[in-house]
Amino acid sequence: MREEFFPTFDSGSVFVDPWLSGFESTFQVVLMGFFVCLACGVIGNFVVARRLALVGDAISHSLLPGIAIAFVFTSSHSLPAMLIGAAVAGVLTTVLIELIHRKSRVKPDAAIGIVFTTLFAVGVVVISIWLDNVHLDADCVLYGEIGLVPLRESFILSGANLGPLPIAIMGAVALLDILLVIVFYRVLLVTSFDAGLARSLGMPVNTTHYGLMIALALTIVAAFEAVGVVLVVAMLIFPAVTVGFFFERLPALLFGVAPLSLAYSLGGFHLARWLDCSIAGAMVVTAGALFVVAWFFGPKGGLIYRSRALGFLFATSKQKISPQIVG
Amino acid sequence: MAHPPPLEIHDLTVSYDRKPVLYGVDVVVETGSLVGVVGPNGAGKSTLIKTIMGIVQPNGGWVKIFGQPYRKAVTRVGYVPQRESVDWDFPVSVMDVVLMGRYGHAGFMRRVSKRDRRIASECLEKVNMQPFSDRQIGNLSGGQQQRVFLARALAQESDLYLMDEPFAGVDAATETAIVELLRDLKERGKTLIVVHHDLSSAREYFDKLMLLNMRLVAYGEMEETFTPDLLQKTYGGRLTILSDVAGQAAGRSEFEQEGTPKL
Repeated sequence: MREEFFPTFDSGSVFVDPWLSGFESTFQVVLMGFFVCLACGVIGNFVVARRLALVGDAISHSLLPGIAIAFVFTSSHSLPAMLIGAAVAGVLTTVLIELIHRKSRVKPDAAIGIVFTTLFAVGVVVISIWLDNVHLDADCVLYGEIGLVPLRESFILSGANLGPLPIAIMGAVALLDILLVIVFYRVLLVTSFDAGLARSLGMPVNTTHYGLMIALALTIVAAFEAVGVVLVVAMLIFPAVTVGFFFERLPALLFGVAPLSLAYSLGGFHLARWLDCSIAGAMVVTAGALFVVAWFFGPKGGLIYRSRALGFLFATSKQKISPQIVG
Repeated sequence: MAHPPPLEIHDLTVSYDRKPVLYGVDVVVETGSLVGVVGPNGAGKSTLIKTIMGIVQPNGGWVKIFGQPYRKAVTRVGYVPQRESVDWDFPVSVMDVVLMGRYGHAGFMRRVSKRDRRIASECLEKVNMQPFSDRQIGNLSGGQQQRVFLARALAQESDLYLMDEPFAGVDAATETAIVELLRDLKERGKTLIVVHHDLSSAREYFDKLMLLNMRLVAYGEMEETFTPDLLQKTYGGRLTILSDVAGQAAGRSEFEQEGTPKL
């Protein structure tokens, strides 16, 4: 009876076979998963730190009309057009949310709900009117199909085959995100932590915000083919909050994204292999499981640490708050 | 003028959604002043600070810092925002926050130098927070958080300091520490403009007062501005809760002690 729900676990067929028999496609799927998690995790750290997790969710949904309308205009699967459509949709989403929030009594969370459902609905309408007979699979947009990535057309750069195009693009976007974070680290840090200080230092606070939103939109659109617009939100949020149970400084959180991305990608792939299910789904399940582990065992605010150390901690921290006068 | 004043505000008008918050404020603050900005809630105290720094755009009038527009005097101004204005769960250490004070000098792209670290460390020393430099900021008490903000402002090595309610919600020891710090900065020729909510302690903490209630009611030395007449003008009909303060101002003690003087 149980076997019907859970296929028997055979470590050979789950862990070894995919690497022996179909190394190239296995490697490509895992690499794609890694790039997706890496790019999303790096941007996601700032999204989470700025308390914009829901905005990430909103942007991921409102990419649908951006992609659909770009599709109508170019009537092709052209990726540059889709990227532009998605970037426009992403920025439009953040602008609309801020506009509604500032120019009315609607609260920010409600404004987010209004904007992304409306835009998502526009996407659904556009698809059903103009794209009914074209291949823009709604399921694929929602959940992605990372397993099909190795079958996509190759990216050829001056004669050299650099593997499937989506992987090349995702890798480039991950690299771009990392470079942007390195170059603009201080501006991102200060505008995220203390916008008042950032403005007083003459930093471009609004430009940084919209720049981050554009990077977020580009990352999501590059990733959606693999994991879909729903699951991509998990990849934005999970790395930051999971590492947060181990480290409390932004650089450490950013570096923690890489090992977690590898764990999500490998774990998800092999879990999917075992259960014969969606790889993207299995990746998010893996991420969720690792989050629970971190939540229990993490030294910074994990459940076990808290319950045992609470009394002791309070005693020591009280002592350290003892009055100190400036010398 | 050989030495332009640290702060010159001319006919400044600011409004949010067409509701005026500040109206026709004209003031010149001289070098080495320790100024308390007081007034009732909604008097525009924080707005004044934010407008000086270009965070809020005025509808009319202008602000000059050392004779220049704010943009050109960025490195000469240190800022202490309200403590609640930031997220204290943010993943940064005490040292990270203080180093942010160096960004105006270091430029936004350049790496933090050894000298920046040394200055930040010294500033933490001055507020007795050096032992906490590697702590995550969320693990600090309210008073300690305020000290971190002060250390960051010190690290800006500015000539004009703008502080928004640095005394709000801090313990007695921190309050004493902040007062000494303000005095010390003033001795070194710095100019300080401090928004303050507690009228009863304003008299001993500052040398000058800026009485604000949408308009600038008065600005000047403590003995000229801390008068029942001007306080009444600033706080309007709410003088009943201020009776003890007003009594203090008038140098009489027969006033009834009604409520707390905190506003």
